[in-house]
Amino acid sequence: MAEPTIYEISSQDRIGFRFPACDVPETALPEGLIRDELPMPEVSELDVIRHFTNLSRLNYSIDSGYYPLGSCTMKYNPKINEEVARLPGFAFSHPLQPVETVQGNLAMMYELQLWLAEICGMAGVTLQPAAGAQGEYTGVLIIRAYHHSRGDLKRTKMLIPDSAHGTNPATSAMSGFEVVGITTDANGNVDLDALKAVLDDTVAGLMLTNPNTLGLFDQNVEEVIRLVHEAGGLVYGDGANLNALLGIVRPGDLGFDIMHFNLHKTFSTPHGGGGPGSGPVGVAKHLVEFLPFPLVGIIEEGDEETPPLYGFVRPEKTIGRMKSFHGQFGMMVRAYNYISMHGPDGLRDIAESAVLNANYLLARLRNTYNVPFDRICMHEFVMEGHLDDAPDVHALDIAKRLMDYDFHPPTNYFPLIVHEALMIEPTETENKQTLDRFADVLIKIAEEARTNPDLLHTAPHHTPVGRLDEVRAAKELVLCCWLPDKI
Amino acid sequence: MFTPHTDSEREEMLRVIGVRKLDDLFADVPIKLRFPNLELPPAFTEIEARMQMEELAGANETAHDLACFLGAGAYYHYTPAAVDAIIRRGEFLTAYTPYQPEVSQGTLQAVFEFQSLIANLTGMDVSNASHYDGATATAEAAVMAYHHFRGKRTRFILSPSLNPQYREVVKTYMGGYENINLAGENLDPLCQPDDLASLLDDNTALLIVQYPDFFGRIFDFTALIEKAHQFGALVAVAVNPMSLGVLKTPGAMGADIAVGEGQSLGLPLSFGGPYLGFFATKKEYVRKIAGRLVGETADAEGRRGYVLTLTAREQHIRREKATSNICTNQGLMALATTVYMSLLGKHGLKQLANLCYQKAHYAAEQISKLDGYSVVSQRPFFHEFVVKCPKPVDEINWHLLDHDILGGYDLGQDYPSLAGHMLIAVTEMVSKDEIDALCEALEEVNNG
Repeated sequence: MAEPTIYEISSQDRIGFRFPACDVPETALPEGLIRDELPMPEVSELDVIRHFTNLSRLNYSIDSGYYPLGSCTMKYNPKINEEVARLPGFAFSHPLQPVETVQGNLAMMYELQLWLAEICGMAGVTLQPAAGAQGEYTGVLIIRAYHHSRGDLKRTKMLIPDSAHGTNPATSAMSGFEVVGITTDANGNVDLDALKAVLDDTVAGLMLTNPNTLGLFDQNVEEVIRLVHEAGGLVYGDGANLNALLGIVRPGDLGFDIMHFNLHKTFSTPHGGGGPGSGPVGVAKHLVEFLPFPLVGIIEEGDEETPPLYGFVRPEKTIGRMKSFHGQFGMMVRAYNYISMHGPDGLRDIAESAVLNANYLLARLRNTYNVPFDRICMHEFVMEGHLDDAPDVHALDIAKRLMDYDFHPPTNYFPLIVHEALMIEPTETENKQTLDRFADVLIKIAEEARTNPDLLHTAPHHTPVGRLDEVRAAKELVLCCWLPDKI
Repeated sequence: MFTPHTDSEREEMLRVIGVRKLDDLFADVPIKLRFPNLELPPAFTEIEARMQMEELAGANETAHDLACFLGAGAYYHYTPAAVDAIIRRGEFLTAYTPYQPEVSQGTLQAVFEFQSLIANLTGMDVSNASHYDGATATAEAAVMAYHHFRGKRTRFILSPSLNPQYREVVKTYMGGYENINLAGENLDPLCQPDDLASLLDDNTALLIVQYPDFFGRIFDFTALIEKAHQFGALVAVAVNPMSLGVLKTPGAMGADIAVGEGQSLGLPLSFGGPYLGFFATKKEYVRKIAGRLVGETADAEGRRGYVLTLTAREQHIRREKATSNICTNQGLMALATTVYMSLLGKHGLKQLANLCYQKAHYAAEQISKLDGYSVVSQRPFFHEFVVKCPKPVDEINWHLLDHDILGGYDLGQDYPSLAGHMLIAVTEMVSKDEIDALCEALEEVNNG
């Protein structure tokens, strides 16, 4: 039975929450500025709790099962992070308080800026961007500002390999750049000849994901970066796949000029059903003055007895403000705590375990599914969700059938350069027994695809709803609850 | 801890992979840069980490310990316990974006209800699934208007009483487009809607006003919006959704777009984030909205269900032709406000808005009686007002802090002409006694 909507369980004049009575003399509300109706639900607290608890049970989640979702890094989100983010000193601090009254927040943010810079080998970090896509936007605006500050206005092209995330081209276009695609070579690396063919003095930069979306570390990455730099361009690193690199190699050491972090991937802040994320950006020395404002800095040096006074500073040639206030502060608290609990060795253990898990799954599956760029992978790999002897079965069918075995499907149909792609990222927090069960099920599904393909075509069979009619959703466009008359 | 393998499991896995040791998995990484020594503090246990965080949090003084009269875009409201109880459920907290609807109906229906509540609260037809915050939602309105006119209209009028941070973000976001003209900055900050009307022309793509405005004032924008429409321009209203428990809606005034900051709907202050941007518009513009949209549909057996819809607008499909790159949004915050709006409901939202209005008016009345102070933002206002002070605002605020009062916002930071002016916000979280204490302390500064 489907859960009714909150409006459908509403009952006229029912009250869910009361505020204290007004303790001041009342003034009339402004005439002509008062709304006629307030079509809001009328429910009790138990109605609300039961409704949303029932809804929650229709969801798959990391806490309930395995989420091998490529490029999304669905690792375990430690519970302690939820506790510390709710400490009253953090949760009730107002973003515009005098800095002297929020030194705890600012000290934490300052240190997190330094830690992230150290982890990725960059000179400066802004914590302001709200999510990965906004981090990219920040980075691309910095590239633009950098060239413009040098009077170099002819650089209008952004190079983006065909294995890139969809946000990369969209971000470049938003920033006024023309997007030029670069192909991938037979080994899954950036095609050096294709790159050389387009490099000239109209290139502003290259947006590179490394490891790329095939899960492969680009074997020519230093050469790629050298070539772009030689042509006067900057290299942006998409940090979505940083989980594979923690303590393994620093993007800044490889020559990247800018990169973003996804605190909600690498540093384990919860995805929350689609957000919030947090997308800090690190830059090399020559770009620090372009960072968005405000940054957290020391505004009065301390000494042995007094700590320094932290405050906000404005970089000299800043690209401006990306969002209100100082970023997704609650996410920073969680990420800070997460890094504290790992230290340098623990961070390296994250990357090593993530890469071990991916290679283990790859080894267990490569005899059943075709892996087009088959070499040692990093934290994820891409295989074809298509079997030669089951021609009618597609990646989508395999993905949906996995749900019947209580697994979340891998990312599918991405990256676009792999036919019927299934992109699998196990993450470091899964144990061997889970990986084995997942591999066993995928092998079993391949067998089902041959013997009983209809079972896959009509999957999933054991979920709260079956495959939904997306065409109808787009055609009828019902985007709001039906309102009962009484509301 | 969080990585589970035992030594023997690791050995077994390496054997299956066919390599001797872990390091062999990283042969593609340039050897001279491999395994850097990271200068970070050694790992803490959970016990030590918690103590560290308590120490950092404890170094702050907050709205929880002080009587809070600071607003200016972020407001101290009460969050009912039920809200956190729901958003802390792992099934919501640790779920991914609902790209697989069969196993994401909880998130999808909650977003569908969020869209409904926002549309109904703002008086608009449709809402999307959220933006990062009020500032970026406002900027996305500008981007949408730019594309609506295919770049042919380049004038964007931003009311000077639009939150200055929103203005800055709009400026950043429009920086990638050619020949954009952002108007309105030079007007008197406390100007009237008619002054904005005089800036409209045939090249205006969008007029952005705030309601209640940054100074807390409320205007009926119906006539201004009508005038803008005569020029063919669109109008976006950045609205504090909490105020709509009593106030006339942007939809009723004829606005094309209603955006805003959802933090006032029960999200903790949390030093500025995570908050919630919302974006609602008229039905005719639904295909031009950025970000995710959830729509109702059914499965083959006719069971009602929800899916992400009109996805062809979005970056992962449209790539460089998408008008926005937004991907991750503020899903969990949207859920929190959905629970909040449901729980407060018709009665609670009205009671809350009225309480804020009444307490603010009492405070303004009392402050206007003090020597040296005057309330310069004339009525009607909602729950914030501007006070001209006899001394520099930061000096007054230091004095207030000694009395455990978090004073108002120093408007001189953003508006040179309003130096010495304080923006005071009053919510349900302050009592009459605290308002009286504020007045006493203000009087003391003036005399002291």
